[in-house]
Amino acid sequence: MKQTTHPPERRPVPDRKGAAATAPLPARPAPRRRRPTSQQWAAWAFLAPVTLYLVLFYAYPLYRNLDLSLRNYTVRSFVQGNAPFTGLANYRTVFDDPTFGPALTHTVVFTAVCLFFQYAIGLALAVFFNQNFRLSATLRALFLVPWLLPLIVSASTWSWMLNSDSGIVNAALNAVGIGPVNWLTSPSWSLTSVIIANVWIGVPFNLVVLYSGLQSIPTSLYEAAALDGAGAWRRFWHITFPLLRPVSAITLLLGLVYTLKVFDIIWIMTKGGPADSSTTFATWSYRLGFGNLLPAFGPGAAVGNLLVVAALVFGLVYLRVQRKQYAS
Amino acid sequence: MTTLTTALRPRRARRITWWKTATGLVLTAVMLFPVYWMLNVSFTRDQDMRKSPPDLFPVNGTLEGYRAVLDQQLPYLGTSLVIGLGTVVLTVTLAAPAGYALAKLRPRGGGVLSFLFLVAQMIPGIIMAMGFYAIYLSLGLLQSVPGLIVADSTLAVPFAVLIFTAFMSGIPEELLQAAKTDGAGPLRTFCSIVLPMSRNAVVTVSLFAFLWSWSDFVFASTLANGGAHEPITLGIYQYIGNNNQEWNAIMATAVVASLPATVILVLAQRYVAAGVTAGAVKD
Repeated sequence: MKQTTHPPERRPVPDRKGAAATAPLPARPAPRRRRPTSQQWAAWAFLAPVTLYLVLFYAYPLYRNLDLSLRNYTVRSFVQGNAPFTGLANYRTVFDDPTFGPALTHTVVFTAVCLFFQYAIGLALAVFFNQNFRLSATLRALFLVPWLLPLIVSASTWSWMLNSDSGIVNAALNAVGIGPVNWLTSPSWSLTSVIIANVWIGVPFNLVVLYSGLQSIPTSLYEAAALDGAGAWRRFWHITFPLLRPVSAITLLLGLVYTLKVFDIIWIMTKGGPADSSTTFATWSYRLGFGNLLPAFGPGAAVGNLLVVAALVFGLVYLRVQRKQYAS
Repeated sequence: MTTLTTALRPRRARRITWWKTATGLVLTAVMLFPVYWMLNVSFTRDQDMRKSPPDLFPVNGTLEGYRAVLDQQLPYLGTSLVIGLGTVVLTVTLAAPAGYALAKLRPRGGGVLSFLFLVAQMIPGIIMAMGFYAIYLSLGLLQSVPGLIVADSTLAVPFAVLIFTAFMSGIPEELLQAAKTDGAGPLRTFCSIVLPMSRNAVVTVSLFAFLWSWSDFVFASTLANGGAHEPITLGIYQYIGNNNQEWNAIMATAVVASLPATVILVLAQRYVAAGVTAGAVKD
């Protein structure tokens, strides 16, 4: 999950994705005749490995995670596997934790601000690149670079650029007379820093998907509007933006699901610090489970499961929207 | 050809296009500045690293950083390569037959399965990592290469199944019907018709599976940490974590770790775009 953002990286584009999701859905009566038993056997023989894989490597880890969150695990009982069942005690611990409030706020702020800027910048660039000029295809391809780089590469590069004493960003600010900002070491700036880095990583995805959405808007509409005397600004707000709404909805919802689970960037740049000032649910869960000498697997898994629930809720909203669009 | 058309265009239009290209170049430069900075720092000498303001060009360039990569990071790079290739093989082996079945064989319950793949993509990696950790601990698979390959493949398999399904739906039904008439069973049809025709989908899936497993940090840091075989992402992370001040070595490693992405973008840009906007996957 470059993931991340890994990226918001791994979705096929809306219309085709709709096809991928819905094509195999049987239209009830008609295909029944065309489904000989031998073909059913063959189909499931082809599907058997991946189904087994889904059970073993998706369902089972998720089940283990749920189990972790419902028991009182210590390092010893983690190895021996005889931890006592404690119901929702871990969840209560998490809700009462002083980190809960800040982590929730940071997750919401991080997700909302990242989404807004990724989408706005991505859309502006998509509109710009949509006016085919010389080199536009090449430059558009180059924009993909930040999105393809390993997250640890982007995160460590940004760490050094935002370094308080030797970073290029502070050097540039100094040149225009703004004092040094402690991007990564001051609690009031750390969240901003990871947001900047994450926006940089997410813009290419938005650009590519929105650009492909723009391509499907017929140019005749623009020509007609231009004849009616509509300026570029009006053409954007009255043609581009409304017609792009389905693609925008898909892009934003996918971005939402993927931004919720951003972990690498924040962990590598700030480890959620200083003093939890950039802690989100994803980094908090990791820190509880793996970040300390004494791992708290139970609460860590509980935080993780809250994140899963949030991701799935928005994920299902996304699937609904996408399916509705495919149907219409 | 292009000169002819531009020559025929009115003067004003040409000037606007020129401005657009210039703006595009500036925007791209801004966007890619961090990448340039990574390159610049990777060539900077230790004594110039803390200079204020920093040098915008590696005037006194050094290859020290890259020497450190050669000395210390080669095993990590090797591990990442093996894990990446393993992930590709596993992903394609699992996903291609599934795509064929979902696209062409109309399995009962196929819709539910496709839906599960879409949902699976939305589960945060960090949660999967915790579950895998618990399982691998009891199986003794922690810090093992096969364990990491399996974990990394979960990043790519759902995407791969959806890409294969979408692509294989486009293979003409008559072709498969003809094979059937000639007496070919589903396996034969799959191996000698569907798979060769899906070459583009295989390339796209392989590229992304490789890139994602090469870039993976979550699974590496939870499942492979401290083992004999650690991937390059951990190599970089330990460099930073050790409070290492040799940023040229860190950035040189980062540059080397970015090579697969760069090579793929240059050589296979078509497939990358196809992966992002899977609508383009068609021959």
